[in-house]
Amino acid sequence: MIKKLIFLALIAGVGYMFWTGLAEYKAAESLNRISSYYAQDGLKEVGAANLVTAVVVTYRGLDTLGEVSILFLTASILGFFLVSGKEPKIPLQDSSEILKTASKLLEPIILLFGIYVFINGHLTPGGGFQGGAILASALILAYLANPNEGINKSIFRITESISGVVFVIIGILGIVLAGGFLDNRLIPVGSIGDLISAGIIPIIYIFVGMKVGAELSSIVTNLKHSPKNNVE
Amino acid sequence: METNLNIFLAIVIGVLALVFAIIAIYHKKLSIAIIASGAVSLMASILFLLLAAPDVAMTEAAIGSGLSVIIFFYALSKIRKQHD
Amino acid sequence: MTLENITLIIGSLLILLGLWGLITQKNLIKIVISFTLVDAGIHILMISLGYLKNRTAPIVDSTIDNAVEQIVDPIPQAMVLTAIVIGLGITALMLSFVIRLAKDKNSLNVSNFKDLKW
Repeated sequence: MIKKLIFLALIAGVGYMFWTGLAEYKAAESLNRISSYYAQDGLKEVGAANLVTAVVVTYRGLDTLGEVSILFLTASILGFFLVSGKEPKIPLQDSSEILKTASKLLEPIILLFGIYVFINGHLTPGGGFQGGAILASALILAYLANPNEGINKSIFRITESISGVVFVIIGILGIVLAGGFLDNRLIPVGSIGDLISAGIIPIIYIFVGMKVGAELSSIVTNLKHSPKNNVE
Repeated sequence: METNLNIFLAIVIGVLALVFAIIAIYHKKLSIAIIASGAVSLMASILFLLLAAPDVAMTEAAIGSGLSVIIFFYALSKIRKQHD
Repeated sequence: MTLENITLIIGSLLILLGLWGLITQKNLIKIVISFTLVDAGIHILMISLGYLKNRTAPIVDSTIDNAVEQIVDPIPQAMVLTAIVIGLGITALMLSFVIRLAKDKNSLNVSNFKDLKW
């Protein structure tokens, strides 16, 4: 009982810190200097209609590189930790007829939708991370419908590695041929609103989308194939 | 936009998110707690849409309430005793 | 009570609830679920700090003439986009640790793991 009161006092202390920080918060009236620069000149420089994409890929491209490497580290640690030894293959129960038929219809549509989302990342809301998550959902549907088939894990590893290497090579080409690392003007910036516009943003997002999709799929595959142990 | 309907919707969805969070912490069965945490992510995604952020809403809905719940259930199935 | 005040309160309450669950729960999987709740609360807090009144989403199409006067702040949204994906990676990593720990001691109660106590 005393412990619960101490914990409650701790949480109340954190809550008091939030209160003093946020009590008289008023929303700002206009954008601050960096955001108004991005909104005004960034549109002509980068040429992408989706400003969040422009910030993520061009102005903060180094953060995206860091995030992609953290995801790679996570996927490889999971693959190392959950070592799948030689476990006896217990045949799982087959799923129902409706699920099997419906999944055969739906999987190509979901894959196509995922690819559409990350190709059009610079025009409409979307981008590499959303498209990669949708691609991983298509794979999970396949696993749920056919629980006894495995997918070759090496496809995910090859896709992931090649996409990562191409991303870094495009960045280094930016140093050699244009302004700096991951610069946008490697390919001419077209007019705002076309599919082929905004320099190398669609190309980078295609590789980021494939890489994120392959990584999330390999995380799910490793969790599925790890050996089973019995705990109550 | 700050219409009255938006403020009313924000209050309703916020209260629902807090109720789901309390269910996620205190329920005895683990399966229901995991689904409640997916529901909290869904309510957060609707709040992002009300705050004019469609990119973030799409990402949170796909990752928070889709992939995260599936990963929890796979992990849970690796630990449970096999029910025959 | 404006829109951003409401979402600020909801975000802070979700963070506090998640912290409370982190401290008091004994089941390992409930601890990982509380981490997920803290993550969701932080993301709501960050986006509601970047909201400006009566403006629309930061996508420039034919209905927006003067982008500086009509869009919300795009920088917190870019930061939260990264944070959501990394939160998923952290959850997957924690669950793999839980699987290995549960295999070792055959229980999910955190008071059974006393090996590092003096």
